[in-house]
Amino acid sequence: MMTPSDPQVGATTSANRPPTKQAGLADPAPTIRFSGEQLAEVRRLQALYPDRRGALLPVLHMAQDTFGWISLQAEEYVAGLFDLSPAHVHEVVTFYTLYFQQPKGRHVVAVCHNLSCYMAGSRDILAHVKRRLGIEVGETTDDGRVTLQSVECLCACEAAPMAQVDERYEMNLTPDKVDRILEGLR
Amino acid sequence: MAETVLMRNFERGNSHTLAVYRGAGGYGAWEKAKAMEPAAITEAVKQSNLRGLGGAGFPTGMKWSFIPKNHTGPVYLVVNADEGEPGTFKDRYLLERDPHALIEGMLIAARAIRSALGFVYIRGEYVQPWRRFSAAVKEAYDANLLGQGFDIVVHRGAGAYICGEETGLLSSLEGKKGWPKIKPPFPAIKGAFGQPTIVNNVETLCCVPPIIDRGAAWFAGLGTKTQGGTRMYSVSGRVKRPAVYEAAVTVTLRQLIERAGGVTGTGRLKAVVPGGGSAAILTADEIDVTMDVDGLKNAGTMIGSAGVMVMDESVSIPEALLVLARFYAHESCGQCTPCRESTGWIYKMVHRLVEGHGHKDDLDTILDVAKRGAGTTICAFYDGAVGPYISYIQKFRPEFEALIRK
Repeated sequence: MMTPSDPQVGATTSANRPPTKQAGLADPAPTIRFSGEQLAEVRRLQALYPDRRGALLPVLHMAQDTFGWISLQAEEYVAGLFDLSPAHVHEVVTFYTLYFQQPKGRHVVAVCHNLSCYMAGSRDILAHVKRRLGIEVGETTDDGRVTLQSVECLCACEAAPMAQVDERYEMNLTPDKVDRILEGLR
Repeated sequence: MAETVLMRNFERGNSHTLAVYRGAGGYGAWEKAKAMEPAAITEAVKQSNLRGLGGAGFPTGMKWSFIPKNHTGPVYLVVNADEGEPGTFKDRYLLERDPHALIEGMLIAARAIRSALGFVYIRGEYVQPWRRFSAAVKEAYDANLLGQGFDIVVHRGAGAYICGEETGLLSSLEGKKGWPKIKPPFPAIKGAFGQPTIVNNVETLCCVPPIIDRGAAWFAGLGTKTQGGTRMYSVSGRVKRPAVYEAAVTVTLRQLIERAGGVTGTGRLKAVVPGGGSAAILTADEIDVTMDVDGLKNAGTMIGSAGVMVMDESVSIPEALLVLARFYAHESCGQCTPCRESTGWIYKMVHRLVEGHGHKDDLDTILDVAKRGAGTTICAFYDGAVGPYISYIQKFRPEFEALIRK
């Protein structure tokens, strides 16, 4: 039985993954494994909840911060840390919008398109961002710099139109302000 | 005219720190509550006529009293900080500018319901508010306000509007997808991790310290016969000064729009969403309503989260409905068939209308689909979607009909 204290847990490939090696392909995913310090943090988080599964969302945030996105391999690894089936973790990952199921850019620009932002011209802002980046919503620039999203209400309607850029809320956007923000993303 | 209760500390420098909060009398109510019997705290909150400020408007003291008296196991206090209702941004301000008011409210509520553990579920996108609030929790631990019989776990969501629904939130807190649960049992009987749980909104709990501090009668006296206090109105859209405004719940929608500097754009008011995206729309001649739970209920809409979105004459109502229809189609959790299917269908039909490809029967079909699904689902999400579907079309039908060519 796998236990969360075993650092190897979840790192092994389960039978339901495609046999990439046999197909003559190198496994493209980097090694998915938390450091000893991170595993201690996982155990700390799990102990905060009456049932350790309560820590699943926070640990998935950790996984995304560490591995860049949540691959099927990362789902399996996290499932092992919780003694859950990978299917359960997959169901959770696919339910929430903040978990990326494919590699994302170094920065994420999420333009709000709900009602107050719409009234304040979010369509023009989004069109401007698309033009500047040369990508559509859901795409990432070729240099891996920016992923663009169009999202539901971020609850900063007093500063519409607005967007979330990584962890920051960028308020009262104008095309000029958008240009300055995009230039600052490396 | 405007009594400042919830936003009393916002203009102080470093209002988010324990030192400033304490300097303004903070945690005085908690000192007072520690000398009170738990039942007396609940009774005070009942007498204050405080009603939930997250959306449903349920009387808070009554909710607290539903915790089974003979229960010997753990009781949890869960704070709904999963602010996501379109047009609402008040809880973000409270988390960032007065986090200790929430902690103090939680301490008092926890004493009332005999809870030793509280969870604060903050929407995943609120990274800065999450940091701010987490820092305040750490300060409270260092000052021995927490960890002395009550602990707080700060939990980040991961992006899903439905987790603002209290049982969806509990599913998510338990490490699952945020599917709402069938009620009964209500969370007060069987909530988080199967234990009795009280779920309260951020702003609701922030009302509790002033109630204990200044008395239930004072708080009740600020409002109407059925709802006490003030609340924070998020005002946005076509107004001169979009912002959060605190006012007694007896304020009218017209007064709020005036406080926000009046209508911009054409300067002529067309419509107002009074209580977040899920509230039925009001026309320009329906704004002399009081902004309390019952005032808006009697006007055929709802106060919800008090997110006021103002539309001037130049705003297209069909396009506004399209924006919301897309929202509901995207955010439906998919658990109940009427909601999952209808939100998708209606989004497609409104889209077709706005694109100029509508059929003459489409409006009646949308109304029919909307009405059939109402009341048939596990949670209130779909009923919330039906509010805009029906009201936008019924109150602005000629504008929709003008889009139909055949």
